[in-house]
Amino acid sequence: MDKEAQENIIKLLSEGLRQDDRKFDQFRDIEIELGVVEMAEGSARVKCGGTEVIAGIKMKLDKPYPDSADRGMLMVNAELTPLSNPRFESGPPSIESIEVARVIDKGLREGPAMDVKKLCIEVGEKVWSINVDVCPINEDGNLIDIGGIAAIAALNNARFPAVDKDGKVNYKKKTDQKLPIDDEPLPVTIIKIGEHLIVDPTENEVAVLDARLTFIFRKDGKLCAVQKGGEGSLSVEDIKKMSDMAEQTVNQNRKILEKVLK
Amino acid sequence: MENKENNKQESKLLVKDRDVVVPGQVLAEGFDFLPSYGTYRDNENILADKLGLIHLEGKVIKIIPMAGRYHPKRYDVIIAKVTDIGMNAWRLNINSAYGAMLSSKEVGGGGGYGSYPQKGNLSKIYKIGDYLFCKIIQVSGQNLVDVSTNGPGLRKLYNGRIIHVNTHKVPRIIGKKGSMVNLIKQATDCKMVVGQNGIVWLQCEPKFESIAVRAIRKIEEESHIPGLTNRIKEFLEKETGKKLDITTKDEKVNNEVKNDI
Amino acid sequence: MTYKNRLDGRKIDETRKITAKAGVIKKADGSAFFKIGKTWAYAAVYGPKDFHPRFMQDPTKGVLRFTYAMMPFSGMGERVRPGPNRRAKEIGMVSGNALKKVVNLDDFPNAVVDVVVELPQADAGSRCAGICAASIALADAGIPMTDMVAAVAAGVVDDTVCLDLTYEEEHYPEFAKEKVDSEDVADIPVAVIPSTGEVTLLQMDGIMKKEQLIDAIKLAKKKCNEIAEIQKAAIHEKYKGN
Repeated sequence: MDKEAQENIIKLLSEGLRQDDRKFDQFRDIEIELGVVEMAEGSARVKCGGTEVIAGIKMKLDKPYPDSADRGMLMVNAELTPLSNPRFESGPPSIESIEVARVIDKGLREGPAMDVKKLCIEVGEKVWSINVDVCPINEDGNLIDIGGIAAIAALNNARFPAVDKDGKVNYKKKTDQKLPIDDEPLPVTIIKIGEHLIVDPTENEVAVLDARLTFIFRKDGKLCAVQKGGEGSLSVEDIKKMSDMAEQTVNQNRKILEKVLK
Repeated sequence: MENKENNKQESKLLVKDRDVVVPGQVLAEGFDFLPSYGTYRDNENILADKLGLIHLEGKVIKIIPMAGRYHPKRYDVIIAKVTDIGMNAWRLNINSAYGAMLSSKEVGGGGGYGSYPQKGNLSKIYKIGDYLFCKIIQVSGQNLVDVSTNGPGLRKLYNGRIIHVNTHKVPRIIGKKGSMVNLIKQATDCKMVVGQNGIVWLQCEPKFESIAVRAIRKIEEESHIPGLTNRIKEFLEKETGKKLDITTKDEKVNNEVKNDI
Repeated sequence: MTYKNRLDGRKIDETRKITAKAGVIKKADGSAFFKIGKTWAYAAVYGPKDFHPRFMQDPTKGVLRFTYAMMPFSGMGERVRPGPNRRAKEIGMVSGNALKKVVNLDDFPNAVVDVVVELPQADAGSRCAGICAASIALADAGIPMTDMVAAVAAGVVDDTVCLDLTYEEEHYPEFAKEKVDSEDVADIPVAVIPSTGEVTLLQMDGIMKKEQLIDAIKLAKKKCNEIAEIQKAAIHEKYKGN
């Protein structure tokens, strides 16, 4: 870690200041646009400060897993490539992209965002398999939160493709049937730098964090996933404060999302 | 009927001074004009070969580049980051197509470390990740760049903030005879070092840091709009509540070497 | 000439709607997007910069490295599995070659210029869109280049040479509304340096008469001159007010 960069940020934080003049509990402005990739079954673009992410939904018919023969499948993937930020390398998925994908996935799965039983067409034989791919175009920190919003927005935007009489998916025809969405699990990540807690970190802030904590909340305010990141530690006091901060923030973000989904 | 047309084609200039031009854009027709840096001749036309601003000097058409990484030049003062340490030298990132080397013989006393460091103790002087304010002493044919921290004001920079700016905007950030840098320093009491390679180091009191950074970003964005110095002065006055003077120190401002100690 | 009424009503030499914008990826040295119809390509350029691994360096000049990828949700049918893929590698190679003639990296031996192209949506003509976006991005990055490179896919549908085929036109017999005289369809991506007329990308997939190839290239060349103006305008737009 660049110790000097961290010291400089801590110096600002000690005076209640952030590099971009935001308050500690202030998210950058969020813009959500649905259906930007018309050809995909669903999509959404979310811009938040210098981070811009497109999430796309692809669906297919597949055989279910043997231990969940009556349930459809949901998979989340994050493609972190040099397109959005030169610090990402091309090649096999980095641990960072894996964590982003798995945390968003956990929130959607545990929420649960949708009733995957309703994705079953024939028990043990045929179910819908939903793929969510999160691809940043610009990256300036906080991919889990922004990717998480994009994923939920895209799932809401999604419509089932038509299935023709021999059971094949016709991707060129969309029905107006939505996914069986029951909830909108939204992540909020709080990071700790020194003794300070801040929300929606930029790339510079992420680079000097000691620890981070992501909370994923359901619509009813219950938690459905928590993930700690970073090599530093958190006191119980920290965790309490972070959970409160996250709860405040998620409510604001939810309002923004709901306005767009109407 | 014989065509007694004048064979010499009429020369025509298609751009004016300070126009933005893009690669492949036709700048002039005819042989009266001469292609210079950033332009080339294609039959009777002169075309641009990079993104930049037109600069006309009589019949000579030149382009001042607006984009692209820093191109190292001898005697430039830059801010470099240590990326590797060898037996006798440090390897540095200078925000260019190439890295640079600092030989242990070229270490200055400015950082209080003494001029003749012992071999093998290089990391005690500058370690990986350190930012150094240094001077380019040599650019070889193979684009090997040698730098030195042996000179007035040259030293390791610490306890500050590093920001990256467009290397082509550095002259505007410094201003004529340092006028712009001086405005920012007056307003914010910041220490500032501007590297010609597009890296700026700032040491400010927390409440002024953001103002200084925003002033620099504003300069970058509006550098092409006339009246910049006055606009920055107004911006800084509004942000800090101070009354400012546009001073142009007539001392030989080798950019920031004087401005920072 | 039997294919007179194009499926989407366009004229024979008309492309789908084009939009282009420069400077869209802030952390890149240069960037752009280029959208033609539904096909949408982003390009980011990084460099010139240090090139690793060492053995790939060229001591005489800088190297241009082009990577092309479709985002998993970008395709017409099933999801495109991310990861190394032969088609993408080939497109990367021919696209890089399309640009190398104009780009001058003589001043940057041992360095690399990385061009990263990704498509959120691909509806035919994707490699051409990628090349168009990359060209704008390279200029935006201040890379020395003698000209832009414009690219468009020409094609042959029902014995007719036309421009910028959609997916349906590439599979015309399936989608035809009228009687089809010839079931042959060809897709011909072409890249051109507008100031010299030189062709730097040429591929053909499908079945066509040899004589039609030159007509197709000529049609593409003409359109590429127009496309180059759109590319240049995108950069001028970014620097408006300068």
